[in-house]
Amino acid sequence: MKIHEYQAKAVLSKYGIPIPRGEVAFTAQEAADIAKRLGTSVTVVKAQIHAGGRGKAGGVKIARSSEEAEKFAREILGKTLVTIQTGPDGQRVSRLLVEEGLAIDRELYLGLVVDRSTQRIVLMVSQEGGVEIEKVAHEHPEKIHKVFINSAVGLQHFEAQRLGFALGLAGDSLKKGVKLMLALFQAFIATDASIIELNPLIVTKNGDLLALDAKMNFDDNALYRHADIKDLRDRSEEDALEVEASKFSLNYIRLDGNIGCMVNGAGLAMATMDIIKLAGGEPANFLDVGGGANADQIKNAFRILMMDKNVKAVLINIFGGILRCDVLAEGVIAAVKELGVPVPVVIRMKGTNEAEGKKLLADSGLNFTTADTMGEAADKVVSLAGGR
Amino acid sequence: MAVLLDKNTRLIVQGLTGREGTFHAKAAQAYHTKVVGGVTPGKGGTTHEGWPVFNTVADAVKETGANASVIFVPPPFAGDAIMEAADAGVALVVCITEGIPVVDMLKAMTYLEDLPKTRLIGPNCPGIISPGKGKAGIIPANICKEGRIGIVSKSGTLTYEAIDQLTRQGHGQSTCIGIGGDPLIGTTHIDALELFQHDPETDAVIMIGEIGGSAEEEAAAWIKQHFKKPIVAFIAGQTAPPGRRMGHAGAIISGGKGTAAEKMAALTAAGVRVVKSPADMGWALIESLKR
Repeated sequence: MKIHEYQAKAVLSKYGIPIPRGEVAFTAQEAADIAKRLGTSVTVVKAQIHAGGRGKAGGVKIARSSEEAEKFAREILGKTLVTIQTGPDGQRVSRLLVEEGLAIDRELYLGLVVDRSTQRIVLMVSQEGGVEIEKVAHEHPEKIHKVFINSAVGLQHFEAQRLGFALGLAGDSLKKGVKLMLALFQAFIATDASIIELNPLIVTKNGDLLALDAKMNFDDNALYRHADIKDLRDRSEEDALEVEASKFSLNYIRLDGNIGCMVNGAGLAMATMDIIKLAGGEPANFLDVGGGANADQIKNAFRILMMDKNVKAVLINIFGGILRCDVLAEGVIAAVKELGVPVPVVIRMKGTNEAEGKKLLADSGLNFTTADTMGEAADKVVSLAGGR
Repeated sequence: MAVLLDKNTRLIVQGLTGREGTFHAKAAQAYHTKVVGGVTPGKGGTTHEGWPVFNTVADAVKETGANASVIFVPPPFAGDAIMEAADAGVALVVCITEGIPVVDMLKAMTYLEDLPKTRLIGPNCPGIISPGKGKAGIIPANICKEGRIGIVSKSGTLTYEAIDQLTRQGHGQSTCIGIGGDPLIGTTHIDALELFQHDPETDAVIMIGEIGGSAEEEAAAWIKQHFKKPIVAFIAGQTAPPGRRMGHAGAIISGGKGTAAEKMAALTAAGVRVVKSPADMGWALIESLKR
């Protein structure tokens, strides 16, 4: 799960990470009031969306008065920002963070993620803060310093200190940096984060360290034990159909094509998208109905597929292991009868109770196209959707 | 002999008394597997469907001589269940549970480092099956056939797809290993390939990967150095958009890394026959046997 920058800063602040003073604003008037309250000669007005690259897209402005803050807020609120991370449709801005301006001496990078190869959390730091870290990693990997943290004991003082030196910190700033890194690791574990990035972490002219930007994502599997974090979810940042699907424990991701897919299992669902593309079509979505889908879930899955107006044909690809083909067939028949699906439906099913399932489909009187293999199913659905 | 499972396997089910646990314990029992009992804390001393139930894995091991366990407990308790099985000295632990928090798995993996005798398969996997010999997990036995092809896969239903393609063309399987789609897993592609390499009853292998992480690239490097048998690979997610989690917790392209294209290129460079279409796994493997 993703959250906004201002929310991430509030979470991190609880764990002792220093952050700039600031507040969230939903209107231009609120932005002006916050700028006044902050009382600094310069304030920063930042668009709050679940994507990076906001500065270059015009979503971050420096205001020299509360009037200017209000003016920028009016410009940015309601605007659709297209950044390198939003995709071409962009993301509409409905919240702003208004913060004090600070005298920046240096911009650093700090990040925590789980490294799959070593099966440890890795703390990465770089003196090249404020830029895309992927670019630094690609062009100058030697400028990124890492510690792979032993999960049994956690981040150790000497490890944080080593990274502090690598960041060029000294004296009081070094001490502050070590403290900050230890706190950041605590926050990662305590909140079940999946990524924390401070980019940049700034060193001010006074030698203070502050998280000027903060990104936090959380492990969806652990949200059950963090009610407070779950509450931070902003559904307006998510695709409406994906939100709807999540209510029925359906794993749905919307794509740009015109062939709706319904599959059991994540790997097979991805492979089904792949084979549609190979057959010359474009998948409209990823949809994994899971191993134990019931008739109700199948019906809702169909309803959600049909809400995407781009969908010109549907491919159902089910390998029945635990999920029996006859149960699936019943669900599909009920859904089509109830919802009146207006587009061609190609069904390929294999596995448990395959023959019973096929018989149900044949006897239903509904116009399904069936296929025996994935390749055949993909060819048929692509041609029914209007060809290649 | 296949790998991991054999006639000496004595299987317990952690979470036996739950719906899934009961269903799959019966299915395993019906498929040549010696299921010797189950563990459900608080229900020790009772019996369930004829099997003795124990409070702890240690009790179950002591009383039944179990050497393998399959875990069906809910995600909040599954990391703990893995550690408990390892602590009791169980050699093969297969964790089916999907949705275990990463932080819990970090703990479990660290715990397992001190108990190298335990091999963990999964989590978030369909488990393993050695056709004609036994199974631990949820892979449907009716699509399998005894034979000499090994399968290792991150994905459950794609494993079934590969099995089905082989069986329908008359080729059976030695062992099918679902290693799971989570970011942190006990047995990697390399671990499974190493088992197949040394198994005289496995002639060739289908390897199924998916987007996310770099396990396939690491496997490619290992294959180039060590693997001597014919191998066909498919990578799911060639059309997956970056930055989106495709169902499995581990299936995500992040920061431009973990794409199918990179994995396919690495495997091809290592001499692996990589198929673009999931429909081609079976025949490509069979063709590779003829060379």
